[in-house]
Parts: sequence; structure tokens; C-alpha cells
Amino acid sequence: MIELIALEKAFGSKEVLRGVDLSVPEGSSTVIIGGSGTGKSVLLKSILGLVTPDKGIITVAGKDATAGDRDAFLAQFGMLFQGAALFDSLSVWQNVAFRLLRGSLKRPKEEARAIAIEKLQRVGMGPDVADLFPAELSGGMQKRVGLARAIAADPKIIFFDEPTTGLDPIMAGVINDLIREIVTEMGATAMTITHDMSSVRAIADRVAMLHAGKIRWEGPVGEIDTADDPYLCQFITGSAEGPIETLR
Amino acid sequence: MNWLGLLGRNTLGLLALIGRIAMFAAQTMSHLVRPPFYTREFLNALVTIGWLSLPVVGLTALFTGGALALQIYAGGARFNAEAVVPSIVAIGMVRELGPVLGGLMVAGRVAAAIAAELGTMKVTEQIDALTTLSTHPMKYLTVPRVLAATLTVPVLVAVGDAIGIFGGYLVGTTRLGFNPAVYLTNTVDFLEAWDVGSGLVKGAVFGFIVATMGCYHGMNSGRGAQGVGKATTNAVVSASVLILASNYVLTEVFFSA
Repeated sequence: MIELIALEKAFGSKEVLRGVDLSVPEGSSTVIIGGSGTGKSVLLKSILGLVTPDKGIITVAGKDATAGDRDAFLAQFGMLFQGAALFDSLSVWQNVAFRLLRGSLKRPKEEARAIAIEKLQRVGMGPDVADLFPAELSGGMQKRVGLARAIAADPKIIFFDEPTTGLDPIMAGVINDLIREIVTEMGATAMTITHDMSSVRAIADRVAMLHAGKIRWEGPVGEIDTADDPYLCQFITGSAEGPIETLR
Repeated sequence: MNWLGLLGRNTLGLLALIGRIAMFAAQTMSHLVRPPFYTREFLNALVTIGWLSLPVVGLTALFTGGALALQIYAGGARFNAEAVVPSIVAIGMVRELGPVLGGLMVAGRVAAAIAAELGTMKVTEQIDALTTLSTHPMKYLTVPRVLAATLTVPVLVAVGDAIGIFGGYLVGTTRLGFNPAVYLTNTVDFLEAWDVGSGLVKGAVFGFIVATMGCYHGMNSGRGAQGVGKATTNAVVSASVLILASNYVLTEVFFSA
């Protein structure tokens, strides 16, 4: 289980997180929704230690995320970045097997390549792309490779940062289905941040809405359409009218 | 406008920047001696920083050596000292022009390339991705580049010294009427081991500066194309200024009476 207690983070005078309390149950898929600039990415990066919170507590499986062996802590995680964040100088299979080619999870090169090809096949890509470079792939293919990299070392926890941003609706649907299938079959704990409601409905077991630096609403995905929170209602309907300020 | 306040803010900002760069350099050196070491990245950096800089450093040294011979001949002729051309070309190249011009050319080529590459990696979240893949960005990206530059720039300087002296020799023997054997004898006789050694030490320091500035500005790049462009410019300018400043300090240390 991932637990965030009273998490705060400010960049200069801009307070992004103002006391976030959130529990992500083990083996569940939690999607965090919220408008642009509400701190969703900062929240994920705080858990991973990419951003240092100003205040608050983060625990993963009951252990303080900021203490202990950093490599062992990060080995539990896989992450799909918004733009896939593939390494330009490495081929597709080397990107997927990055963690398996160095560090504590290092395997022989041939074994790492075989695992990479297996993971690529899991996300619907053939072995023929293994030796291509990221610049030779389309945006959707890069996302798939990023997904294969995220699951390559069979992590217990997977983070997805805006997994469908920049993709056409069909490819977005394919990625959403892949995420749902993979999370279910791996039994992993998943945290996804998005403002794409079709992703929310496809991926989530639970939904949390981040607004004004705090969790505004939290509950099972089946309840989002019947919830009476005006902020959540405005967000899921995409209405310009409501309590969330919009610029016109 | 409050000029005193502006001066104070800028001074504090400059001191903070110097402090951040010093911390970055110290962290890089501490990682140099702690595993893991990324051999493949180091070998790649050796090729891109060292081998691929050879043409630009060689050409710079060749033309500089030739021009130096012409200048010293013209100056020496004013008091009948034309015979000093071979020795002054050699000493000038190995002590000053070889390391400084070599360092500046590498700064232009390598610091810019490193800053642009790491800056792009930063804005596309590749550096964050490295961290999530349990790989320390400083160990994987900075250490191999800094080590490779520190080791290869002295080699580039040595090659540049030889090419520069050869440039002076070519001009001296074909344009200025020097006897080839006498030119070479004068070059060798008046050159001391420390003349060459001091230039190589300068090369190592300049290599460290170039790669450290490229990595620092790249890893602290701002967002977007403008941020990466600014990081690239800052890397080249700061590396060049630091090369010239450290050259003066090293010359004082090595050769002051």
C-alpha cells in the first residue's frame, strides 16, 4: 500500500500540494484526475523521490519512502512517462532491458534481450522493432515501448503519467486496454495520472480528484457519475460552468 | 532603479552559481571513485570527445603554428633575432597556444554538444527515467564524460602541439628560408620537458572544465527549446571564460619567477 499523509510542496511562492492525504490499496488501480497544473505529476514524482516534498510523510508497504536503500526502493517501481522518455542513443530492446543490463537486476545480455522481446510482444510489438531506435517509432509505438520498459523487471508498483496524451482515440484505447490487462495479470499496484476520462473509466478501480493542492474527492470508479461533488461533476462533464475557474 | 540593490542581487546570484558549480564538480569527483562504473558510456565519450575533436584541434594548431612563425619572424627581424623562430614557436605552442586554443576549440564543440544532449534529456524526462530505473544520472551521464574529457584533452593538446610545431616548420622552411635540419635542431634543443608537461597538465584541467560545464548546464537546463539553447550558450561561454582564467592561474603557478 502507498500512503501519503499531509504532503506539501511549493515551488517558490506557488503552493502546488497543500496537504495531500491519499491511500492507494495494494493491487488496486488508482487514477488521479485533476486539471492541468494541479500537481498530479509532482505527486507521482514526490513518491519516487524525483521531487523532494516540503512536508508530509510517504510510506510504501509501511516503510518510509525517503529512508533506506534507494536502489531497493526504486526496484519496486516501473514508470511510463508522458512522452515515453526513451533513451535516444539506445535501441528499442536496450531501452526495454535497461534495468536488466545494469545494477542489482543485471542479467546476461542474451537473456535480457529475450526478456525485452517478450515484453515487447506483450505490448503488441514484434521482434522486428527490437533493433530500431526510438526516433524511428511513431508516438503510439514509443508509448508501447515505454510500457514494455515499465514492466520489464516485473515491478510491484507501476506509475503511468498521462499515458494517452498526444495519441489518437484508437491508439489511446489500445494503450488503456493494455494498461488494464497488464496491471490485472501482474497483480501490480497502479497509479495513473490523467485528465482523459476514457482512460479513467478503462483503467481505474478507484479515482481521486486533486484540486487546489488537496484531494477533493476519492472513491470507486463506479461512483464518479453519481457523486454530488460539484468540482468532480464539472470535471467529468467537461463543463465550462461550475466552481472550477476557467479562462475564456 | 535601486542600483545598489541590483548590484547586491547580482553578486549574490553569481556567488550562488559558483557555489552550485563547485558542489557539482565535487559530487562528480566523489562519484569518480565509487562504483558502479559505466564502461560503455566512458568508451563512447572517449570517441565523441577525443577522437572526433582531433580534426578541429589539428587544423587550429596547424594554422596557428604557421601564423606564429610569420609573426615571430617579422618581430624578430626588428632586432636581428630571426633565428629564435623555431624555439619561440615550439615554446609558444606547447606552453600556451596548444593547450588554450585546443581547450577553447573543444569547449566550442564538446561543451555545447554535452549541454544540448543532457538538456534535451532533461526536458524530455529521460533523466527522471534514469532515476526511476535505479541509475544515478550523475554516474551514468556526468562521470564518463568528465573522465573522458580529462583524459583525452591532454592527448589532443599533445597532438596539437606537434601539428602546430609542424605548421611553424612548414612556414619556416618554405617561406622564411630556414634550413630544415637547423629548424628541427633549434626546436628540440630549446624545448624542455616541463614546457610540454605543463601544457598537458593544463589540457587535463581544461578537459575537466569543459565537460563539467557542459554537464552542469545541461542537467540544469530550463524547459523547452529556449531553455536548452540557453544552457548550450552558457556552457560554452562559462567553459571558455574558466579556461582562460585557469590558464592564467596555472601559468602563474608553473612559471612565475
